[in-house]
Amino acid sequence: MLIRVTPDELDTAEAIQAVGSPAAGAINVFLGVVRDNNMGRTVQYLEYDAYPSMAEKVMRELAEAAKERFGLEDCAVLHRTGRLEIGEASLLIAVSCGHRAESFEAGHWLVNEIKKKVPVWKKEVWEDGEAWVEGPESLGIQQAPASMR
Amino acid sequence: MNVTVLLFASVADRAGTRRVELPCAAGDTVASVRDRLLERFPQLAAAVPTLMYAINEEYARESDPVPAGATLAMIPPVSGG
Repeated sequence: MLIRVTPDELDTAEAIQAVGSPAAGAINVFLGVVRDNNMGRTVQYLEYDAYPSMAEKVMRELAEAAKERFGLEDCAVLHRTGRLEIGEASLLIAVSCGHRAESFEAGHWLVNEIKKKVPVWKKEVWEDGEAWVEGPESLGIQQAPASMR
Repeated sequence: MNVTVLLFASVADRAGTRRVELPCAAGDTVASVRDRLLERFPQLAAAVPTLMYAINEEYARESDPVPAGATLAMIPPVSGG
């Protein structure tokens, strides 16, 4: 299982190789990339902060859970930190499994869980200011779930 | 004994630091250490309603005990991905 929080560029080929398995009939790769706009504002670049040791721990727990839940052969989860330009990959997920359906489901499930639980934060930098994004707004969560307080 | 408090993202920006050592006493909880942090950095009060916490890299509740020597992280709502 390849799990990493790194300031370095994410390498898709490395992740695909890491999850390779003779029993796999599908390898599904997801890249989260930096978009040039959010909530109607033009984004110049993103700056990611992380609690790297805990982020890797939570990513590993989620990868183990996905493996169990979807019957995966293997799983890779990598998150980048620091300054990322438009189009660069911030999140890389690769899963291998016997058949394709579970690989898509597992990838989708992992992205959602990562956005809710992994201690990583993005700051949007605009032409005229900047702000930390608090909570994964794409999931409609703007504050900590009550169950975790 | 001390507890090491880690700050991230908007909370680190508001405090102007990412790491604070605070004294820790028997009976301390996440909430009591956090309140001690707020005495030093009152500007963090606005962040408290949405904060989560982790003790030694495990998510924790406000009422959980903080052992001496622990690392307590203040975790604003995450936004990775």
